[in-house]
Amino acid sequence: MPSNRAVRDVVLVDAVRTPFGKAGANGIYAETRADDLVVAVFRELLRRNPGLPPERIDDVAVAATTQMGDQGLTLGRTAGILAGFPRTVPGQSVDRMCAGALTAVTNLSSGIGVGAYDVVVAGGVEHMGRHPMGEGMDPNPRLIAEKLVDPEALFMGKTAENLHDRFPHLTKARADEYAVRSQEKTAKAYADGVIQQDLVPVSVRSASLGYGLATVDEPPRETTVETLAGLKTPFRAHGRVTAGNSSGLNDGATGAVLAAEEVADELGLTKKARLVSFAFAGVAPEVMGIGPVPSTLKALDRAGLTIDDIGLFEINEAFAVQVLAFLDHFGIDDDDARVNPYGGAIAVGHPLASSGIRLMAYLARSFEAHPEVRYGLTTMCIGLGMGGTVIWENPHFDGKKDA
Amino acid sequence: MSRFTTDTIPAGAPDELVTEAHYRLVDLPGGAGRAALITLDNGKDHTKPSTFGLGGLKSLSAALDQAEAAAAAGEIVAVAVTGKPFILAVGADLTGVGQLTDREQARVTGQAGHDVFRRLGELPVPSFGLINGAAMGGGLEVALHCTYRTISSGAGMLALPEVFLGLIPGWGGAYLLPRLIGPASAVKVIVENPLSQNRMLKAKDAFGLGIADVMLEPADFLAQSLRWAADVVKGDVVVERADVTADAEAWDAAVAAGRAFADAKVRGAAASPYTALDLIAAARTSTRDEGFAAEDEALADLVMGDELRAGLYSFDLVQRRAKRPVGAPDKSLARPITKVGVVGAGLMASQLALLFVQRLEVPVVMTDLDQERVDKGVAYVHGEIAKQLEKGRLNQDKANRLTALVSGSTSKADFADASVVIEAVFEDLKVKQQVFAEVEAVVSPECVLLTNTSSLSVTAMAENLQHPERVVGFHFFNPVALMPLLEIARAERTDDASLATAFALGKALKKSCVLVKDAPAFVVNRLLTRFLGEVTAAFDEGTPFDVAESALDPMGLPMSPFVLLQLVGPAVAFHTSETMHQAFPDRYGISENQRRIVEAGKTVLLAWDGAKPRIADDVAELLVLGDSPSTGDEVRQRALDAIAQEIRLMLDEGVVAEPQDIDLCMLLGAGWPFHLGGITPYLDRTGTSERVTGARFLAPGVASVPTA
Repeated sequence: MPSNRAVRDVVLVDAVRTPFGKAGANGIYAETRADDLVVAVFRELLRRNPGLPPERIDDVAVAATTQMGDQGLTLGRTAGILAGFPRTVPGQSVDRMCAGALTAVTNLSSGIGVGAYDVVVAGGVEHMGRHPMGEGMDPNPRLIAEKLVDPEALFMGKTAENLHDRFPHLTKARADEYAVRSQEKTAKAYADGVIQQDLVPVSVRSASLGYGLATVDEPPRETTVETLAGLKTPFRAHGRVTAGNSSGLNDGATGAVLAAEEVADELGLTKKARLVSFAFAGVAPEVMGIGPVPSTLKALDRAGLTIDDIGLFEINEAFAVQVLAFLDHFGIDDDDARVNPYGGAIAVGHPLASSGIRLMAYLARSFEAHPEVRYGLTTMCIGLGMGGTVIWENPHFDGKKDA
Repeated sequence: MSRFTTDTIPAGAPDELVTEAHYRLVDLPGGAGRAALITLDNGKDHTKPSTFGLGGLKSLSAALDQAEAAAAAGEIVAVAVTGKPFILAVGADLTGVGQLTDREQARVTGQAGHDVFRRLGELPVPSFGLINGAAMGGGLEVALHCTYRTISSGAGMLALPEVFLGLIPGWGGAYLLPRLIGPASAVKVIVENPLSQNRMLKAKDAFGLGIADVMLEPADFLAQSLRWAADVVKGDVVVERADVTADAEAWDAAVAAGRAFADAKVRGAAASPYTALDLIAAARTSTRDEGFAAEDEALADLVMGDELRAGLYSFDLVQRRAKRPVGAPDKSLARPITKVGVVGAGLMASQLALLFVQRLEVPVVMTDLDQERVDKGVAYVHGEIAKQLEKGRLNQDKANRLTALVSGSTSKADFADASVVIEAVFEDLKVKQQVFAEVEAVVSPECVLLTNTSSLSVTAMAENLQHPERVVGFHFFNPVALMPLLEIARAERTDDASLATAFALGKALKKSCVLVKDAPAFVVNRLLTRFLGEVTAAFDEGTPFDVAESALDPMGLPMSPFVLLQLVGPAVAFHTSETMHQAFPDRYGISENQRRIVEAGKTVLLAWDGAKPRIADDVAELLVLGDSPSTGDEVRQRALDAIAQEIRLMLDEGVVAEPQDIDLCMLLGAGWPFHLGGITPYLDRTGTSERVTGARFLAPGVASVPTA
């Protein structure tokens, strides 16, 4: 047994996603299977990275929260076969609810780190139209009987209201303003041609309308603070959390290729980000939105970094208040330019397990645009009270201090 | 002549399953602009593929109205057409064609299809046919009218099969295809393939011929096709098209080769291949209007011809009746088949053993009189499995499995747990009775005993058994692997469970089964023997060989009479004629010439001068010929009269339920052509059935143009 086993550096080679759709009978993906979304992403990854011989992929991990039907059958394996990967490439499924894809990335990266894998494919998918949150759920009665978990913990929207309770200074108005900015930044990112670069067009069937083609995210909309102010608060009477300041129910898939840095160099693959550290942490489930704080603190500590070292943030926007809670903790302004520069889930949607890799795709683009930034992070809150954070280093970092 | 518009296209039949043309705008990838994507979908799954009736043409016309308006307004840069999952479209809806009584109606259908489809090639923006799956006839023609085509590598069943039925590609295919891929390839697709058991193309072949400009994988075919279309629109991809119309000599040569091929296949007996070739010949220099008009006229002529009606009738028989045998007992009565015994290890028995093991994948035990014969039979089967492995039709694991399943023995003890035992021994009643007695001693009372006899009585074979009710006639045709027909004979005592098991077995073997009564030679051999017996009798009477041999040419049968006789073999043919003479002495004669040939041990009847046969010299010496020759027409009419009489007697005897069963047997067992309808439609339309038997076999309109 080698006693001098070295940990290898891991790089994000590439990340792509399908356009995200609105869940439900009228959404663009209403008649599209979840596994077909994963297949589209996988094939696009291979097309974009012709230097990667598919037989070099050592494992494939696909995350989905509800692993039944077209999201079951060990997707990492099945989707690989459907996508035309060689039979010699194995696959697995992963679940950590909203942070499924994030976890697929961290799990496989650990394998690269210890030398078990050279190249891997990670992905995430959620078709919330076909598999609503909580489908097939059967909570153990002890959770409530022994007060292990607050009953509100099972309803994400209520946990967001709880955050507003905990931090009264994080008002509805601030949440609505944040939400509008997310939409605006998304629109600008589209106008600047940033988002399109990492989207794969997907054919969508409608038996009544005929085939169509999904090329852009379906959920984004133009809105104003005034419009958002008038929305209902479905999770609590006279509450603060609305459909406008949360992400919606969505369908979509994401995928990424990761590799040992030395192998990426050997194969001539791109390096869009370098893994520095990651961490997951648990919090009281009824305030799950605060999860990113402890996970970020842990990840920074592991990396020997402080929050001041982080030059770019991709924070999942399950709820505006949860982003604000994170920023508030670290003393970052609501409209800090380093935070979600291309908008976020409030605008484009949050197909649960897929979002982690969307954050990485966005971070990779902003790394490219900001060579003066050395470190960035991707973080998200997770159902049942958790947070997950990955800290990345910018391969384009030019060593110059910011201007 | 004005063009059909959405409003002026006539209404379709009320029961048409309309293929809707859904119109949807999409953003092409890469910022190339918007496109109109038309999806053809009849609302059913792939088990009911989309076809085009007048309603479907109307719907497509409406979609094209929208596309033309959008293109004119600068709102779209391209139009694309695709189908529902696995199917683009499989042709015109032919269900109504059988009822057309008016040439003008037929011409209108042709013209309406042209007027709609041609618009795909006349838009101000490029059009893209996205061949996502099966595309036959009108389905393929839709794509041919487009400026460009993509094809999914998973698509199979690509064809212009109209000539097979007795039509021509009448919605543009005969004009567009040769001008796209050249005349030689077009002749292959339009004439040769249909005349070769309706062979169809797979995507790779179609792409290789140039039918599509790019081939893409099925997993993301549509999205990638639209990406490719975007690249074409932007000018990043340029498709080069050779001018195949420039070389007149090559064009004429290709058409001439096509005619020679048609002559070899149908000897001029069917019009459609020649009509198709005429259209291809003209396509080199005609304009679109001229080419499409010529197709309209050709279509109208053929639709109003009895040959096409017989073709549609035949198609319906082999597609539907063949799959639901009339008179078969309830499927649920069938017993499971877990092991098969084969008595005999000669060539026929070996072919049967191979078929059983390939299709059923159960143990197959072969027996014969001595070890040498047994070993030879088993070795044959093992050898064929090895050949399949070599050709890549099986993998090693499967080859191992099948090889292990086939064994041989001189003892019948291994039949003890067989579900079914089939005998294919020498064609002698006493021998077969003996075999069945020996098998019965070993097998269970429910084991079904099958006989492959071609002319002996199944009832007689069963009569001395303890359980005669489990004996069933199970008559294959040669070669077993290729010929689809299986005559299943119910003997006097056969019970429903055994019969149901026989039908289930036939289906598992992928054969088309027809229920027949236990009458001598069942259907095919009885009719062929009677029919050809008249020809050989005329020859014996003094008709010159050439005259007798070519007398049936106007029918376009797959083989001329003496070539067929040679194939069957003089000994087998003579033996059959003896059996039939014994059963029906007034109608089935014995040829002394044939007796002499068999007694002299001659197995080769014919010699060949190039492609022309003649009687071999050593055989000619044995012949004693009369001095009353007949003309070719007389020989043919005599044979037709005889077969008409025989069919009427068979129907009256209840050998099969209906004339449709006679026709199905001749189509699938003798390979008789679609344009004859098997045989009874031809007998009807030539007046033979009425003259000889007093009535038609089929009502007018069933396999002929109805009287209005």
